[in-house]
Amino acid sequence: MGEQAPAATTAQTSSAQTTTAQTISDQTISVQTKDFDVGAEYAELRRLAANVGAVTTFTGLVREFYHADASDDSENKVLCLYLEHYPGMTEKALQDIVNKARDRWQILSCKVIHRVGELYAGDQIVFVGVASAHRGDAFAAAEFIMDYLKTQAPFWKKQRTSTGADWIESRDSDKEAASRWQV
Amino acid sequence: MLTINYFASLRETLGFASEDLQLPAGISDVRGLITHLIIDRSADWLVLQDQAQVLVAVDQTIVDRSHVLQGHEEVAFFPPMTGG
Repeated sequence: MGEQAPAATTAQTSSAQTTTAQTISDQTISVQTKDFDVGAEYAELRRLAANVGAVTTFTGLVREFYHADASDDSENKVLCLYLEHYPGMTEKALQDIVNKARDRWQILSCKVIHRVGELYAGDQIVFVGVASAHRGDAFAAAEFIMDYLKTQAPFWKKQRTSTGADWIESRDSDKEAASRWQV
Repeated sequence: MLTINYFASLRETLGFASEDLQLPAGISDVRGLITHLIIDRSADWLVLQDQAQVLVAVDQTIVDRSHVLQGHEEVAFFPPMTGG
C-alpha cells in the first residue's frame, strides 16, 4: 500500500485551495438521522477540490437479512435496525480515521456520513467519499476509512426480527479487515 | 467527579446509561475502578473484566485498563463497535 508521498500536497499548491481544505475539514464528518444524496455528495467532493482525477464513493445499505446465508429464513428477516452511538466520541473517532487516511494517501476532499437512529431494510446507512488525483489513492483511502470505521468508531447496531431484538456482535472478519492496514 | 457512560448491550445489562461517581480513595486506574464497581454492585458487573467484550474510553479515547485516572474524567464502557 502506498505510503510514499506526504498527504494533501496537491491540495496545498495554492493558498486558495488551502483555505478551502480548512473550511471543509469541519464538514468532513456528519453523524445524522436523515438520509443523504449520493449524487449531491459526489458533486460536493468535486466542487471542494481542484484537479480531481478520481472519486471513490462507497454507500453501505441495511440488508434485509443480516446474515447473508439466512435469506431463506423469514425469522431472520430484519424488520428494523437501530443505530446507537457515543455523541462526541463518534465524531472524534471518525475525524481521527480520516486524518490517518490523509497522512497516508493524497486526498483532495473527503466526506464521511453515518446515520443513526431507526433504519429499515434498503436504507442507506453509511457513505464514504474520497476525491484524489489518482484512482489508487481514492480506492485505498475509501476502503481504509470503511475498514477502520467498522472497528474504531463507537456505533452499535441492534436488529429487530419477528423473534425479538438483539445487539449485533462484532465480527472477526471486520477486525481482520482493519488489521491488514497495520496502523 | 467521574462521569461514567454505558452504551448498547452493556447499558441494558447493567441498567445504567450514565452516572457521576466520586473516584474512591486508593483507586488510581481503570482496572481499579472496575474492581470497585464489581465489589460494590451485582454479579452482572463482572462482565467489565472481559477485555474482549468490554472496551473502555477515557475522555472519548480508547484506553487500556492500566490507564491512570485523576478523578474528573469522562469514562465510558461499551461493547466492540458494530457500525458501518
